[in-house]
Amino acid sequence: MPQVTLTVNGTSHTVEVEGRTLLVELLRENLRLTGTHIGCDTSQCGACVVHVNGDSVKSCTMLALQADGAEVTTIEGLAKPDGTLHPMQEAFREYHALQCGFCTPGMVMSAIDLVQKHPQGLSEKEIREGLEGNLCRCTGYHNIVKAIAAAQEVMHGRRAELAPAAE
Amino acid sequence: MYDFAYHKPTSVADAVKILSADPDARPISGGQTLLPALKHRLNKPTAVVDLSGIAELKGIRRDGDKLIIGALAKHHEVAENAEVKAAIPALAQMAGTIGDTQVRNRGTIGGSVSNNDPAADYPAAVLGLGATVVTDKRRIAADDFFQGMFTTALEPGELLVAIEFPIPEKAGYAKMRNPASRYVMAGAFVAKTKSGVRVAINGAGPCVFRQADMEKALTANWSPDAVAGIQQSADGLNGDIHGSAEYRAHLVTVMAKRALANAG
Amino acid sequence: MNVVTPFEGIGASVKRKEDLRFLSGRGQYTDDINRPRQTYAYILRSPHAHAAIRGIDLAAARAMPGVVAIFTGEDMKGIGGLPCGWQIHNKDGSPMAEPPHPVLAQGKVRHVGDSVAVVIAETKAQARDAAEAILVDYDVLPAAATMEAALATGAPQVHDGVAGNICYDWHIGDPAVNAAAFQSAHKVVEFELVNNRLIPNAMEPRAAVGDYDPTTGDYTLYTTSQNPHVIRLLMGAFVLQLPEHKLRVVAPDVGGGFGSKIFHYAEEAIVTWAAGKIARPVKWTADRTESFITDAHGRDHVTKARLALDANGKFLALHVQTLANMGAYLSTFATSVPTYLYATLLAGVYTTPTVYAEVKAVFTNTTPVDAYRGAGRPEATFLLERLVDVAAREMGMDRVEIRRRNFIPNDAFPYQTPVALQYDSGDYVATLEQALESSGWASFEQRRAEAKARGKLRGIGISTYLEACGIAPSAVVGALGARAGLYEVGTIRVHPTGSVTVLTGTHSHGQGHETTLAQLVTDRLGVPLAQVDIVHGDTAKIPFGMGTYGSRSLAVGGSAMVKAMDKIVAKARKIAAHLMEASVEDVEFDRGTFRVAGTDKTKSWGEICLTAYVPHNYPIEEIEPGLDETAFYDPKNFTYPGGCHICEVEIDPETGKVDVVNFTAVDDVGRVINPMIVEGQVQGGVAQGIGQALLETAVYDEAGQLLSASFMDYQMPRAEDLPPVSVATHTTLCTHNPLGVKGCGEVGAIGSPPAVINAVVDALQDYGVRHIEMPATPAKIWNIINAGHKLAAE
Repeated sequence: MPQVTLTVNGTSHTVEVEGRTLLVELLRENLRLTGTHIGCDTSQCGACVVHVNGDSVKSCTMLALQADGAEVTTIEGLAKPDGTLHPMQEAFREYHALQCGFCTPGMVMSAIDLVQKHPQGLSEKEIREGLEGNLCRCTGYHNIVKAIAAAQEVMHGRRAELAPAAE
Repeated sequence: MYDFAYHKPTSVADAVKILSADPDARPISGGQTLLPALKHRLNKPTAVVDLSGIAELKGIRRDGDKLIIGALAKHHEVAENAEVKAAIPALAQMAGTIGDTQVRNRGTIGGSVSNNDPAADYPAAVLGLGATVVTDKRRIAADDFFQGMFTTALEPGELLVAIEFPIPEKAGYAKMRNPASRYVMAGAFVAKTKSGVRVAINGAGPCVFRQADMEKALTANWSPDAVAGIQQSADGLNGDIHGSAEYRAHLVTVMAKRALANAG
Repeated sequence: MNVVTPFEGIGASVKRKEDLRFLSGRGQYTDDINRPRQTYAYILRSPHAHAAIRGIDLAAARAMPGVVAIFTGEDMKGIGGLPCGWQIHNKDGSPMAEPPHPVLAQGKVRHVGDSVAVVIAETKAQARDAAEAILVDYDVLPAAATMEAALATGAPQVHDGVAGNICYDWHIGDPAVNAAAFQSAHKVVEFELVNNRLIPNAMEPRAAVGDYDPTTGDYTLYTTSQNPHVIRLLMGAFVLQLPEHKLRVVAPDVGGGFGSKIFHYAEEAIVTWAAGKIARPVKWTADRTESFITDAHGRDHVTKARLALDANGKFLALHVQTLANMGAYLSTFATSVPTYLYATLLAGVYTTPTVYAEVKAVFTNTTPVDAYRGAGRPEATFLLERLVDVAAREMGMDRVEIRRRNFIPNDAFPYQTPVALQYDSGDYVATLEQALESSGWASFEQRRAEAKARGKLRGIGISTYLEACGIAPSAVVGALGARAGLYEVGTIRVHPTGSVTVLTGTHSHGQGHETTLAQLVTDRLGVPLAQVDIVHGDTAKIPFGMGTYGSRSLAVGGSAMVKAMDKIVAKARKIAAHLMEASVEDVEFDRGTFRVAGTDKTKSWGEICLTAYVPHNYPIEEIEPGLDETAFYDPKNFTYPGGCHICEVEIDPETGKVDVVNFTAVDDVGRVINPMIVEGQVQGGVAQGIGQALLETAVYDEAGQLLSASFMDYQMPRAEDLPPVSVATHTTLCTHNPLGVKGCGEVGAIGSPPAVINAVVDALQDYGVRHIEMPATPAKIWNIINAGHKLAAE
């Protein structure tokens, strides 16, 4: 079987895969990183979004072999080793931007990429448009949008700490 | 997905060699169309030839009054490229609305144009701008390239290498998305070029096509008002659970008007 | 023991305890579970809506690599069918038709996706590869793909022995009284509408892992369920004949349910049974395409209604005739949805003195239909709130005024409706006034004019609604045909050092029980939130439970916990009385402190807990050691949340696209435990309601093929399809449960669809539109506008 070597959350792995093995299957089945989810088979729901070389991609629509030599970050790789959450994770918690949690890893990974690519900041409308590749069935997106708006302020250094959600 | 062999050649020649030797091998670049199809087992390639390691297929550059975009240019690269934004802002704007962020981070212009999905965006720009498709063997005019639903002038084993876009005086694009899939339900790309006015319609029919009545009207009067009264015939247009052929025909006029407004 | 901050108790928007694991990728959903020596199941499904199976050839498939076993209906012949949990009776008193629902097809398939065979292999891909090598010889039969087709003369029979494809012909109310009331009417408004068929699409596809230990005979099923004990009961007792002590059902983290994960599905029985057959674990996970054709769908009613009014716009009588699609088989609670969860709601918030409803349930060659967020109540609310708007227009009355005139007044509670329910509390004027105020209803015409200047059509719509949830009492639902009790169970396990583990029979799949239920404990016992853990979803840990659906978890499950905490406090006071040498009657308890009334003699929570487990100085003759109490709570009545939703839309007349620009919800959900979570529940419910109204619908072709069978064709609401949703609450307490809570999980999906459609119709008022069926898609709106233009031109 062909081999793929890639770095996931800072650790290098060499894995034997089939030609048809998807990146998400490598992550979930071979590396047991089950935080990345599969919610559809038409590349639309975004539950499987991870970062490959710094860009958000749908890991269900990429062959594992296409990730050879890549740096991959999954939801498990976001928090610091001491457990400190990424500002986006923190914002999702503060703003109640998750309910069942299934879309959450992909949503957080997409949101981080979205914010990183827009250092000038995003309006509410731009955040909604930027989430076009991610489906959530629980929240109605209202709080996800608020969380991302708050997280971007911290990620871009405009605020030292996350603005607390209003009571 | 059925299993397949995986190749990653580093030159066009090597890729063509593999593809020519095996008619059931398929090239893959971003894979945003191919992989969903394979996942549903809609086709069964013996081998997948990953083009992403081929340097010759990369790059975006301006050459005089032409913009040359390599087949492997990802949608987000086209959307954000300074040369594209300066030369053909409508093309950059279009690229920034294809699929979603994650599709744009993987999908390529070469893949989209070769696939010629009737509901894809890029074919409208290629046809609307009168671009030239460059392959490993020849140069094909856009008017000759798109031949029907998922059908192009590409021969088996022939690889799209780059697309040369003439830089227009003005160009604009507008589309109505299919509410569910977000592919194009009806779109219009309008351009005022050295060789005349061109209007390409995507999404509405089985293949991207030029709208002659609109081209004529816009040649006389480049403005949204000029196309507002032109009705696209519904004959031969697509109809499905999201909208009838008549609805799509109506949208063609609306999108043409909006494309002109966008073009300025 | 720490001093408790008051902000963690009832009424505090504390952050959720469950979030950290979900945000870190440490949630454990069913597909994340892998057992040693696990195999993978792939289910071969019918590509036809209706066909006889002449034969199945497994020879080629058996020879495929990695195949462990293949089973067909033949192998499962002795296995019971999937049971229906609610028996409805016809008008004449006879029971409904209840045809068998085999786990694997027995000679016939009845909908696209019906399960035909299961292949078990070493890998998922191998199982699918082998399934493609199975040759099934189908004799394709004509299909009854719609209710209309199923009811036509000479229609294909979905089940032998079910004449005319009618499951039941049921009614509620007094037809004679109803008919008489229509005689005296000033005006009768007649109306027909469709409640469109929806596909729930929880983001986590269904999955099941069956495990079997041949040395003990113990079976374990991990499954994406909202109610593991119900699955154990149904599958164990009715399908596989496994006694409860040998069958453990675990519903771990579940990625959304919305009703679709209440039901007992064939795959659960298949993997459990097959694990026993091959003595290895068997895992099955649906791909989304399978979910579309096998998860129970929702809604799908066709209704004709007549409303009688007097000259002042007072409702005199309502007559409703509904056809409800059951799909090909009776899913677990399908039969109750268009009857006791629908027709009983037809009084709404109004004083209509007589309501008579007739409901025919129809079999079709489509995926089974069952409860989906709201279940019956959105259908009733859509009918009523559209009908009231149409009546207002045809009476020349203001839409708000006609509602006010017919509201049940605040002094009428408890209010007995003509359709069985007795409402305990509510204040419909208050929620209406608050919503009118915060939506800017009074200034709407300015916004309409401003939009018109921009070439947009703007409209506003209102819905004043009510729902019944926390379904109950067991004796009443039993008399109505339910084959289960509807109580809930809570265990409060106080540990020696004072921390608390709660075992609840409810199940959280997004609702935030691990937080909200813990807040109840913090509020009552004074134990900090961090020292309270909620355990749910495992029949091996929790005594029993009916699970989570119908907005019941707090009203029923929370009440069970209160009862158990009453027992804890009663016992703890005895221990405290003993230690403080006082009489029990004199010992007061308030959030962590026991005090002899009127003195400064106190004992802390921690001291009492330790004493309970280290009973050296203890009233051992009087009470047992330990602090661990269980209570079963059977509700006395339904609860009745309600409120007012106001929606404002803007339509692009060129494309027909509708944008929701404002949405205001003011709901009475009873006492609010965690406002943050309540808001989130309402926002999510409203999103699903807007989805139903504007975006979502299941479409079958004449042959019974589902055309909207993926996210490519079924429009899920995306972030940019939805507006910010303004949520507020106005509380009247439930009078019959100890917390005063009513429930908030479904209000959003129930109240919102008519508000949206009323707004769309309002926006199109110049086009002479009386009604628009859901979903109001761009193409549909354009057709109306285009027809209007043509009309104007003629």
